[in-house]
Amino acid sequence: MSVHESSRVLRIVAGVTLREAARRRILWVALGAAVLLLAIFAVALRLQVLEFEGRPMSPFVRYQVESGMLMIGLYTCDLLAVVMTILTSIDTLAGEIGSGTILAIATKPITRAQILIGKFLGFSAMVIVYVALTFGGTIAVAHAVTGVLPEHALRGFLLIAFECLVALTVTFYLGTRFSTITAGVFALGLQGVAFMGGWLEQVSGFSQSQHIVTLGVITSLIMPSESVWRRAAFEMQTPLAGSLSFSPFANVSIPSGAALVYAALFATALFLAAIYRFRKRDL
Amino acid sequence: MSAPNGGFAIDARGLSKTFGPRTAVRDLSLTVKRGEIFGFLGPNGAGKSTSIKMLLGLVHPTGGQGSVLGAPLGAPSVRRDIGFLPEDFRFYDWLTATELLVLHGRLAGLTDAKARARAPEVLELVAMSPHAHRRLRGFSKGMLQRLGLAQALIHEPALIFLDEPTSGLDPMGRRMVRDVIRLQRDRGATVFLNSHLLSEIEITCDRVAFIKDGEIVASRDMADASAAGARHVSVRARNASAAMLGRIAPPATNPSLSGDEIRFDVPFEDAIADVVRALVEAGAQVVRVSPERTSLEDEFMRLVGEDHAL
Repeated sequence: MSVHESSRVLRIVAGVTLREAARRRILWVALGAAVLLLAIFAVALRLQVLEFEGRPMSPFVRYQVESGMLMIGLYTCDLLAVVMTILTSIDTLAGEIGSGTILAIATKPITRAQILIGKFLGFSAMVIVYVALTFGGTIAVAHAVTGVLPEHALRGFLLIAFECLVALTVTFYLGTRFSTITAGVFALGLQGVAFMGGWLEQVSGFSQSQHIVTLGVITSLIMPSESVWRRAAFEMQTPLAGSLSFSPFANVSIPSGAALVYAALFATALFLAAIYRFRKRDL
Repeated sequence: MSAPNGGFAIDARGLSKTFGPRTAVRDLSLTVKRGEIFGFLGPNGAGKSTSIKMLLGLVHPTGGQGSVLGAPLGAPSVRRDIGFLPEDFRFYDWLTATELLVLHGRLAGLTDAKARARAPEVLELVAMSPHAHRRLRGFSKGMLQRLGLAQALIHEPALIFLDEPTSGLDPMGRRMVRDVIRLQRDRGATVFLNSHLLSEIEITCDRVAFIKDGEIVASRDMADASAAGARHVSVRARNASAAMLGRIAPPATNPSLSGDEIRFDVPFEDAIADVVRALVEAGAQVVRVSPERTSLEDEFMRLVGEDHAL
């Protein structure tokens, strides 16, 4: 199949997948939840600003508190994006295999790899738009109310989008192996492991326990999405804010460049495994 | 056309499929000529769908090999010439009938313009034109089945697999399916028809294979059967008696008497005249001779057993 034909097929599959994904109720619920969270976030920020105005306060401390609140907003937006990614995409392989919808597509002159890649591209487009909207919205609200902006916002956005794509890869892989429900529970469970691992590493900064650090690293190896978030948090904070160990986003354990490379390799390997599984399995 | 398959649209040799301890298909060997309407008949759960899925590359065989239109099973390039209606066709229900057909046409390799031009033609073929711009969400099972048939035909494939095409259809719909299959034969296409409906196969197909418990137990050429297969013969004679049965000699077999009817079987039609002549010479006052072809149903019941009655 020529490159032109191959890209034509990928465009068709990605296009219909994006349209299908955009109709998922869970996407709109997640967007609605994001809007609600932004509204609460805006009110909380405004109350904080009003509270600061009533008493003498060093601009430095005020800045630290407000940018800390911005990080809380971004973290919430990040969690919501990852969960939305898993819940919207979990059905696309497992569900369509189960219902037989895939049969009419898999008998067309398309390889299974093209079906999987096309679907992945469709969901990637949806996830990136979702992250851009919620991430951009959070920063816009924070800036409008308090005037603060994150450091390296673009890096933060790219890392959060990357984190979602790692979760998407995991979901696709599980979708080639298990039924929708099993794959969904598995994917959310792995995300839970990653979440706990991230916090263990964070806590280790205070407890100085090498065992906790090791445990955190192991969980980050099992599911590296949360470590990508922590890197994003590091990039978006000022060095000074990050160094304040009282913050939950303190830079006590910053995932290195190697951790990001690991996450990329992890996702690539899992994606290739998903293609292999999908090609080998009976439909 | 590559030499090994000798011009067959389908050539399967010893295909098998096991799912864990369960054998779904055992040593499936069959050939389907180009332009033939081939019926694959068997009770529910006999392995028909698994067989069709192996031929389409959807299910990987655990044994054997085969080719479809000269290409190995599952080769994507050849699927441009293949159409498939799954047993229970379904698709994204937010699409309109036309959108679905254009999408499938494009996936099958048609240009956007060609797919848009073909969509109304195939909708007309399956009598769905009035619903061209309705969404699938409101469609009945029969309407979805018609649309599934349309998507299998939109790119005018050389080989069409239909898995229980009349499932969910009313008598009008069944007739439409038969007409569509004949149209495909007229344009030279090969049709592989999976069904558990005997009459459907009997009316439509050139050749039939029976599958039972994952194994082909018999095959039958319908054209030969109708030309020479007057297997049961019933002769009504006013003075029929048991003594006359002695005059029925091979190749005629199984003589019996029921009231004023003498019955026997013949392996070919030409044998009937000799038996009737012998009966007349024995004094029989023959008033009617009724050759009856063994119906597919008789053969089916004989092959798969009454416990699988449909």
